[in-house]
Amino acid sequence: MIGIAERGAFLRHRHRLSWAESVPWIAAVAAFFLFPSYETLGAQVLIMVLFALSLDLILGYAGIISLGHAAFFGIGAYTAGILSAQGWGEPISGLVLAAIVAGIAGFISGWAILRTTGLTLLMLTLCFAELLREIANEQEHYTGGDDGLRGIRMDPIFGVFEFDLFGETAYLYCLAVLFIMFVVARAIVHSPFGQSLTGIRENIRRMHAVGAPVHLKLVTIYAISAAMAGVAGALLAQTTEYVGLTVLSFIRSGDVLIVIILGGFGRLYGAFIGAPLYMVLQDQLAKQSPEYWLFGIGLVLVVVVMFAPRGVLGLLEDLGARFRRDSR
Amino acid sequence: MTAALSIGFDGLAYAMVLFLISVGMSVTMGLMGFANLAHGAFAMLGGYLAITLMREAGIPFVGAIVLAFVGVALISVVFERTLYRRFYAKGELDQVLFTIGLVFMSIAVCTLIWGPVNVVPIVPDFLKTQVDLGFREFPAYRTFLILVSLAIIVALWYGLERTKVGAQIRAAVNNRRMAQSIGIDVDRLFTITFALGSGLAGIGGALGVEVLGLTPFYALEWLVHFMIVVAVGGLGSIRGAFVAAVLIGVIDTAGKYFFPHAGAFFLFVITIVVLLWRPQGLFGRA
Amino acid sequence: MTALALETRALSKNFGALPVAQAIDFRLASGARHALIGPNGAGKTTFINLITGALKPSSGSVHLAGADVTALSQAARVKRGIARTFQINQLYRGLSVLENVCMAIAERTGAARAMFRPIGRRGEVIDEALAILELLSLGDDADRLIRELPYGRQRLVEIAIALGLKPRVLLLDEPAAGVPTAESHVLLDVIESLPAEIAMLIIEHDMDVVFRFAREITVLVAGEVLVVGTPSEIAANERVREVYLGKKTRHG
Repeated sequence: MIGIAERGAFLRHRHRLSWAESVPWIAAVAAFFLFPSYETLGAQVLIMVLFALSLDLILGYAGIISLGHAAFFGIGAYTAGILSAQGWGEPISGLVLAAIVAGIAGFISGWAILRTTGLTLLMLTLCFAELLREIANEQEHYTGGDDGLRGIRMDPIFGVFEFDLFGETAYLYCLAVLFIMFVVARAIVHSPFGQSLTGIRENIRRMHAVGAPVHLKLVTIYAISAAMAGVAGALLAQTTEYVGLTVLSFIRSGDVLIVIILGGFGRLYGAFIGAPLYMVLQDQLAKQSPEYWLFGIGLVLVVVVMFAPRGVLGLLEDLGARFRRDSR
Repeated sequence: MTAALSIGFDGLAYAMVLFLISVGMSVTMGLMGFANLAHGAFAMLGGYLAITLMREAGIPFVGAIVLAFVGVALISVVFERTLYRRFYAKGELDQVLFTIGLVFMSIAVCTLIWGPVNVVPIVPDFLKTQVDLGFREFPAYRTFLILVSLAIIVALWYGLERTKVGAQIRAAVNNRRMAQSIGIDVDRLFTITFALGSGLAGIGGALGVEVLGLTPFYALEWLVHFMIVVAVGGLGSIRGAFVAAVLIGVIDTAGKYFFPHAGAFFLFVITIVVLLWRPQGLFGRA
Repeated sequence: MTALALETRALSKNFGALPVAQAIDFRLASGARHALIGPNGAGKTTFINLITGALKPSSGSVHLAGADVTALSQAARVKRGIARTFQINQLYRGLSVLENVCMAIAERTGAARAMFRPIGRRGEVIDEALAILELLSLGDDADRLIRELPYGRQRLVEIAIALGLKPRVLLLDEPAAGVPTAESHVLLDVIESLPAEIAMLIIEHDMDVVFRFAREITVLVAGEVLVVGTPSEIAANERVREVYLGKKTRHG
């Protein structure tokens, strides 16, 4: 029997930090010192983590399935890239502008498409991204079209930290931005607003019946997620000093979806497991042969959906639960 | 005028291929609510099967097309029985991911078997000519493609409207529970529909090599187009799939003709506009 | 004359050619205890959906406390004091009982707009939710997930969520549906103990319950109001006996 004073303890304490949450951050810092030759890949992984985190907000919490999240990643990448290529090389303002532009695009497109559900919504997210890719391809003058956008030159961060050839600055820059974005995302999902997103995912009819402005909430989180994806795209543009059409591709939308499924969605840290797993596997397998990689990732996807629908984090949780039960 | 005719003709040939491939996807979605993003892989398989049969086994063109239908239908049943049916009760996300996984695997397998390069279509000699329709000549192969597809569409319509199985399929698409309660074996019906739909995709893939090309990335490359036909037409609607295929085929052909750099732009604009206006698609039920 | 909490005027709804609500005039006074009965398919749940705004009427109007709300969204009507329960549970199955009730309270108080302070530090929301759970003797289940709860207790959560909205009008759609008769009295006791000032409309099939609970009864048949009256008037009404009670009593 639970004492009355302890009732609701679960809800009251859920947002508190647990020691386990420090693990990915310690790992990220440790990786910086342990694998100095992999910092360029490392930065890309961190960018993918941020991108996947943004998707987790809409997929894992609000239950919006998107096949076109690359739209916002691409908008962010092109915004930051074009800004710099036109001569404004200050990185932080580039990030902020990318977030704003992607966020506005998310808000407007979300307003239009989030009244639909199911296959229709899936198709609209997909077509929106494909449409942007066509536009980017057409507007060669600004985007470089098929050849990609070149001529991006970044100023030092805060006027002090130069981007170096080995990607040290880039790695730490991405890590810092990721951390800030994560703090924001974590606050949101534990807030009453975040809780109501879960409510929409769990039972949208009931959500209407308790008087929630469902559409507005969905559009809001969609815009926030878009802004975050935009920041991820901007980081890619700034750290690689290049933007190609692939930032808007269906493949990229698929990649990020797979990453979050692999890691486990609806729990924020899924992105931290999925992204390195996916990208290191890709790096290693694709070196052998692209066919191995495609077959491998296809098989992993089928197996995960069939046997571990909550991803690696889900497996870890189940393992942890069993361990606790045994030790009792 | 000539341009409009060419666009109309090529657009129609393209539309027929899109229809043959997408119609099965639409009906399985309407019937089982199953989002099969790997449907294009069956079309690809049909293409590879037909080409291989002609090239390696010397089977004549028409025979190869028929065998592509039978072969793909049989293979699809194996998949349906062993894998797909585990996902009918699951959510949309699981279905999407599972079938995307299959698409990736199909790319790898086809690359290993048939190599990464585009396959040269085989056109039989009797179709290598031009057909004179009085006012203008048209390539015989595409004329043949359009006529055969129209014949298949008529047969399909007849089968659905006039046969018992057809009536059962329509009833089940309309209201699955009701169909079940009046004794229709929806499970078996679905296997039949799935096989038929995949077989049609196989024919579309085999006939369409000359139109869509054929590489191991086929299922991924054309996925968006197939899905657009299904969504714009409306789930489970054969008439919808047909109208959407013609619409998409002609618009896409015209777009690429007039704006080679941004041809697909109009395709996506039209799709977005249609889906915002009618989320259930042109012929779908709200 | 007492103020009307809820009123519908000539409320109609067609599904295609099929009329499911035909010019329904309905009045619910403040603090009313009103039952809506009628055979299956009479349009009772549709009527509730029209009142809450889940369905848009084909014609006619809905008034809450004298104000026309026909054009308002579901959410806006909830803000004006209307709450409902569902015939089939509509709960957040993956969340705890407490979270389910907090969801309603947070929406009502506006806390649900906040994006940064964690819900766990919203003591006022959690305490209010716990108080409601206490009232419905659900306190011990506060931290349990809905899907781990027996169905009968889940039905209580339906009511708890509605109470979290502090309604002036409460629409109860077969609150005891699916619950074994032996347990249903718990639900009915709870409903009878709710604050007197809440105007309540209950859809119910069990005539014992209806006659025990209601001071006024509306009989709905094929989307039309057959008759309105006190329980004794309804019991004595010949036409009601014919279409409804007669059948019911024969079945036992």
